[in-house]
Amino acid sequence: MLLVDSLSKRYPNGHLALDRIGLEVAPGEILGVVGGSGCGKSTLLRLLSGLEVPTSGTVTLNGQPVRGPRGEIGVVFQEPRLMPWLSIRDNVGFGIRHLPKAERRSRTDEALTRVGLIDFAGAWPRELSGGMAQRAALARALVGRPSVLLLDEPFSALDALTRCDLQDHLLDLWAYDRPTLVLVTHDIEEALVLSDRVVVMQPRPGRILTVATPPLPRPRDRSDPLFEEWKRRLLGELGRASRHRTDGDEAFPAAAI
Amino acid sequence: MTAVTVSEPAAPVPPVASAGAAERGRLPWKDWLIGLVLPLALALGWELAVARGWGNGRLLPPPSRILATLWGLWRSGDLIVHVLATLGRVAAGFFFGVLAGTLLGALTGYLTGARRLLDPTLQALRAIPSIAWVPLFILWFGIFETSKVILIAVGVFFPIYLALSGAILGVDRKLVEVGRVFRLSGWELVWRILLPATLPAYVLALRAGLGLGWMFVVAAEFMGASEGLGFLLVDGQMTGQPQSILASILAFAVLGKLTDGLLAALSRPLLRWQDSFKPEG
Ligand SMILES: Nc1ncnc2c1ncn2[C@@H]1O[C@H](COP(=O)(O)OP(=O)(O)O)[C@@H](O)[C@H]1O
Ligand SMILES: [Mg+2]
Repeated sequence: MLLVDSLSKRYPNGHLALDRIGLEVAPGEILGVVGGSGCGKSTLLRLLSGLEVPTSGTVTLNGQPVRGPRGEIGVVFQEPRLMPWLSIRDNVGFGIRHLPKAERRSRTDEALTRVGLIDFAGAWPRELSGGMAQRAALARALVGRPSVLLLDEPFSALDALTRCDLQDHLLDLWAYDRPTLVLVTHDIEEALVLSDRVVVMQPRPGRILTVATPPLPRPRDRSDPLFEEWKRRLLGELGRASRHRTDGDEAFPAAAI
Repeated sequence: MTAVTVSEPAAPVPPVASAGAAERGRLPWKDWLIGLVLPLALALGWELAVARGWGNGRLLPPPSRILATLWGLWRSGDLIVHVLATLGRVAAGFFFGVLAGTLLGALTGYLTGARRLLDPTLQALRAIPSIAWVPLFILWFGIFETSKVILIAVGVFFPIYLALSGAILGVDRKLVEVGRVFRLSGWELVWRILLPATLPAYVLALRAGLGLGWMFVVAAEFMGASEGLGFLLVDGQMTGQPQSILASILAFAVLGKLTDGLLAALSRPLLRWQDSFKPEG
């Protein structure tokens, strides 16, 4: 269980990026986080990963507070961030560098096979397309078998075709050992294809406006009328979020739809 | 779960066997030959001009006389003595310059406190033309090897120091963050991220430093030496033998190119991953 309790982040320049966020994410749940740019999605993810410390409030994973990066928490960024001086295999093995060599090799190759890059194990990162590099980054994050995987707009830099491909692929990967996924995106369709629940955030200060639980059967069909209906509904929420301004300490119970 | 099928449309990448293996950055031998045409033509032209009496070979001796001088120096064993003396000074100066530049560059790049403390002073020292130290060095260390090696080391030091400390500061913050996600210790961060990330700039700085080392060895040998290629230069001037000067210059060119090529060749396997600029031997 990933628990976020009254989490706030004020940057040194005085900007309040997150204001008392509360969230419970069940093990194996896929949580989508959507919102316009600047509403604190990345800040939230960086706090969850332990890369950033909160101003107040706590993040707990299975009862233990998250005070810095942890092995059970994997992160995938918007860019692949592969080490250009390591082969793809060594990049993926970077996540389990403390394991004995033989085990590292077999687990790395297993991860590479899962993401379909085993034939490129010896290639340099510069030799991969954007989609392939991002798959390598997924493999690197998953090879250590984290119980939580945090993804910050992981597919937003890719072309539409590759993006759809990788969304399906992420679900396949998730199915192996079902980690908790927290997926930040600004693409409502992406959130709806993947998530069990979708959190809509609002800016200035960053707060949760709505938590939606779309009752859509899996695998999700982008052309299903119900899917379309939910897409419209969340778009409406996003519009509401961008118009919305809250001031001071007024109560702001997150709506549920 | 069913097996994962991946369909990357039209993968723009060759299969792994050839990927990464392609050696690059080497001139094909034909281009090499083309590059030789101009200097050879000039040399032959001058040779011919002097032989026919169109030009006066006294101040600019024809290539044959320069080569004959070199051959004579080789036969008498003097060439080896001079080359070894100069090479030894460059090697010692380069070694100490690289050592100091690397230590201080790494320190100021990595530790903000060390940078605040040391960098202003070093930058101020850098503004002084290194040759200006020569009289002081001679007073302190005499005109023998110590002051020569120190002068060369000072020349080598600055490019290494500047490049390394700048390269460490310029390491991609995003990659360092990946290191944090995977909980690298301080030493692991240095070994696994900072070192490889700064290597290209470092290698270029080594080569620039070596070039300066060759420059400064000439200055060092001008200040008084009984052997060395720089001594040969001075001696050629004193005795009015331009062929001796040119023989020495030729030896400098060959040695400079050889040592630079050696450095480039040694570093090339470490930099094969690079996408951008290609170090050239
Ligand atoms: N390091 C920082 N220092 C100051 N302000 C920041 C910093 N990082 C982000 N912000 C501000 O916090 C707000 C939320 O940023 P971010 O979490 O990146 O939003 P999102 O990912 O939703 O686009 C933005 O207004 C941004 O300008
Ligand atoms: Mg962001």
